Amino acid sequence: MRTFTIFVLLILNFNVLFGQTQVAGRVRDNRGRAVPGASIAIKDSYDGATSDSSGRFRFKTSEQGTHSITVSSIGYKPFEQSVQLAGTNLTLDIVLKEEPSELRAVTITAGSFSAGDSKRGAVLSSLDIATTAGSNADITAALKTLPGTQQVGEQEGLFVRGGAGYETKQYIDGTLVNNPYYSSVPDIAQRGRFSPFLFKGTVFSTGGYSAQYGQALSSVLLLESIDLPDSSEIDASISPLFIGIGTQQVAKNKKSSWGINGGFTDISLYIKAVKQIPDYFKVPRFYSGDANFRFKTKRGGMVKYYTTFGHSQLGLRRADIDSAALKDAFALTNTNWYNNLSWREYLGHGWKMNLGSGYSTNKDIISQQLQNSSNQPQQPGNAYYWLQQKNFSLDNRQDLSQVKAVFEKRLGGISAIRFGGEYQYAYNSSGYNDTLRTLIDHYSAGFVESDIYLTNALAAKIGLRAEQNSVISKSNIAPRISLAYKTGKDAQVSLAYGEFYQKPENIQLFYTRGLGFTRATHYIVNYQKMTKDQVFRVEAYYKKYKDLVKTVPVNYYYSQYDNSGDGYAKGIELFWRDKKTIKEIDYWISYSYVDTKRNYLNYTTSLTPNFAATHTASLVAKKFFTKLKAGINFTYSYATGRPYYNFMLNSGNKYYIVDQGKTKDYHSLNFSMEYVPSIGKAGAKSFVVWFASISNVLGYNPVYGYNYSYNGMIKQAVTPPANRFYFVGCFISFGVDRSQDAINNNL
Amino acid sequence: MKKCLLVLLVAVFAIPVLAQSDRYTAVMKKNLALMDSAKTPADFQDVAAAFERVGDAEKTQWLPYYYAALSQTLAGWMPDVKDKDANAEKIKVYLNKAEAIEKNAELYAIENMVATQQMIVDPQTRWQTFGMQASAALKNGLALDPNNPRLYYLQGEAMFGTPEQFGGGKAKAKPLFEKAVALFKSAQPKPLYPSWGQQQAEEKLAACQ
Repeated sequence: MRTFTIFVLLILNFNVLFGQTQVAGRVRDNRGRAVPGASIAIKDSYDGATSDSSGRFRFKTSEQGTHSITVSSIGYKPFEQSVQLAGTNLTLDIVLKEEPSELRAVTITAGSFSAGDSKRGAVLSSLDIATTAGSNADITAALKTLPGTQQVGEQEGLFVRGGAGYETKQYIDGTLVNNPYYSSVPDIAQRGRFSPFLFKGTVFSTGGYSAQYGQALSSVLLLESIDLPDSSEIDASISPLFIGIGTQQVAKNKKSSWGINGGFTDISLYIKAVKQIPDYFKVPRFYSGDANFRFKTKRGGMVKYYTTFGHSQLGLRRADIDSAALKDAFALTNTNWYNNLSWREYLGHGWKMNLGSGYSTNKDIISQQLQNSSNQPQQPGNAYYWLQQKNFSLDNRQDLSQVKAVFEKRLGGISAIRFGGEYQYAYNSSGYNDTLRTLIDHYSAGFVESDIYLTNALAAKIGLRAEQNSVISKSNIAPRISLAYKTGKDAQVSLAYGEFYQKPENIQLFYTRGLGFTRATHYIVNYQKMTKDQVFRVEAYYKKYKDLVKTVPVNYYYSQYDNSGDGYAKGIELFWRDKKTIKEIDYWISYSYVDTKRNYLNYTTSLTPNFAATHTASLVAKKFFTKLKAGINFTYSYATGRPYYNFMLNSGNKYYIVDQGKTKDYHSLNFSMEYVPSIGKAGAKSFVVWFASISNVLGYNPVYGYNYSYNGMIKQAVTPPANRFYFVGCFISFGVDRSQDAINNNL
Repeated sequence: MKKCLLVLLVAVFAIPVLAQSDRYTAVMKKNLALMDSAKTPADFQDVAAAFERVGDAEKTQWLPYYYAALSQTLAGWMPDVKDKDANAEKIKVYLNKAEAIEKNAELYAIENMVATQQMIVDPQTRWQTFGMQASAALKNGLALDPNNPRLYYLQGEAMFGTPEQFGGGKAKAKPLFEKAVALFKSAQPKPLYPSWGQQQAEEKLAACQ
């Protein structure tokens, strides 16, 4: 019995007998740097401490015996060590291993600009795109304020780093968009077909892009559509130029939605009010409709379908350059139908799947006619064969069906491997007068790519793409590599290298099938420093073009093509965005320098292409006046003159330069403003935004290049149809009280 | 002798049990006092870690994690804490641990404050995500506990901080603070349960007059 009592007493007094243990030490990372703020604890007890700014800690515990010490700190893998607590002081030297995390990890920025609210590292948000003066909510126009792009105003497209417009491809939810712009009209750039409000994220890559994409020598624009809208509403837009109405309906459980929109554009009032250089004998009219449905799957995936249908017509007349008495009448009727169905799904065990499919068809009916002063058709005699060529009809059709699958597997931490393939079936036909040419093309590609995070500070993306094209019976393998290294808290350096292939344009393939892929190699180095309010980027690149398509004239009216062209582009670009220095003003500046030459098409030798200006700069500034509920935006763009050439054939069927020069510098000052009277009107049944803009406020007369008469004696400047462009419109959302959003959003 | 042994046995086994719950109350009170006297972000972080250790040891109590999150949230309001996102990450670790035990209105109040802290970093671009999260947290919290004074106080703060042009302002905040103060006066929180906010709500109400 006595022994028992002593035993009990011993237990009760255990702590007293042995006293406390002091635990002290240091917490460091695997590079020997102190980890402050780490939590050190004796497992299953209250005892522990937090490491100080030098990583040191010290605490006392009355626990006894074998225990686990745990150390945790966000960004590091949890640490656990067994210790004996027996009253003797313990000193622990703890090394924590970094845990790769998306928030902390370096992102590869070489060559790419991200835009979107959801993306980390976003340079421009979707709202920024809509409120950039001069863009009038056209995505391409807003992107032209970023470095690497040219201020080309006479044709649509993004001309990136010495590349032509067709070297940039657009993708929506992973699949290619065949006709991203309204059909071309000679010397007038057309808008993009897709509104920026359809998308939650935009990545604009000016080079060195991922192996998931191909067939673009210069650049890709990746658009990611929104998942589910926030709320149901009915929207209307009214302007002297167009009217539109539509609705978005979100299911009560917020798991699915559908929407439908219709619009009609007619610029007849506008051309009465603002004088245009061309004479519109058929007023441009655009009918458009779109529909969508989206739903969340059980596993958290997303299925999205979007379709848009458009029909447009226009006809315009200009003075003929070869004959003062004649006019050129150009008419275009376009029908376009675009469909995109995508399915994103989580397959479990770290697997993710992205499936995309698309079908689009585009038909242009073009007629070009010589007319006399009373607008009657003219048939020049055989002696004037160069004038005869100005009477023609052209029916073009482009159909594209495609499927794409991407599978991704997470590999420990945030490293990932993804692979997949795509297949495109394209049917193209071109009916020139009575001659019909068709082109059927099967394109398939496979790719594999891995994101490797060696540490949070060092990441690599290594990819390989293989492509096969039936129409030219050629295949290729294109490696892509990029690296990013974090040099400081907000700063990083990225490098990118890649091989890019693109098949020749249809217009060339209709005449010559014996062509190979055109090719570009990119080398990019980028430095970026980004804080919450400021972004600074500088990027230098070298791009080598190989196997560009050259025109081989057979006689004065017929040409063949080969791959004997080449070229290069090199340059440096700066971007600075600042929301902090000037109170309540958000501005960005971009500057691009490009040195580029290419020998392609009918160029006689290596020449700076006519779309490339050596220096380009933009300044964009925005300010919102909360009290007035209105905002104003300015954009100033500048570019040095672009070269122009007139090539003619000599008697030996060789091109020579008859005339060349440089256009004057380009300046454009654009202004826009928005007025949002509904802000803060609680209970309001509609949300109204007024928007007005003037492009080229100062009325500067831009010259994009020159057109030449057949004999080369007369040259005529290529200018926009009117110097300034005015817009005013009103956008209303009904049915939902969105003023509450404004309140909640501005807490 | 047998009786004696029994008493002794009871004592041996009961003492640790009693001691455990007493220890819990004692350490929570000690940590709460430390939180009240904390001045620097490091102080708040120390207290948060201390609360977390209590939570980890107890395993079934949500309150230690709640106070760990609250302490880290209090640090989040300080201008010295520059990286609000990194701070929010820490808070969310505590919140997740608490929510695994019990999801209640008090935790939604913290969720609201975290989202607000992340939103005000850059309201223009962040309202769509964090502004929505903040108001959703209030809504969800009030659905669970329609008489939670802290949620009304936080709603009032949101309204108070919103410019009148955007539909906020003192006039709209005032009834919310009034409601909060009234609820605070009738509230009878259990020992160790959250009780903060009355003083702040009264001060804000005075500022609305």
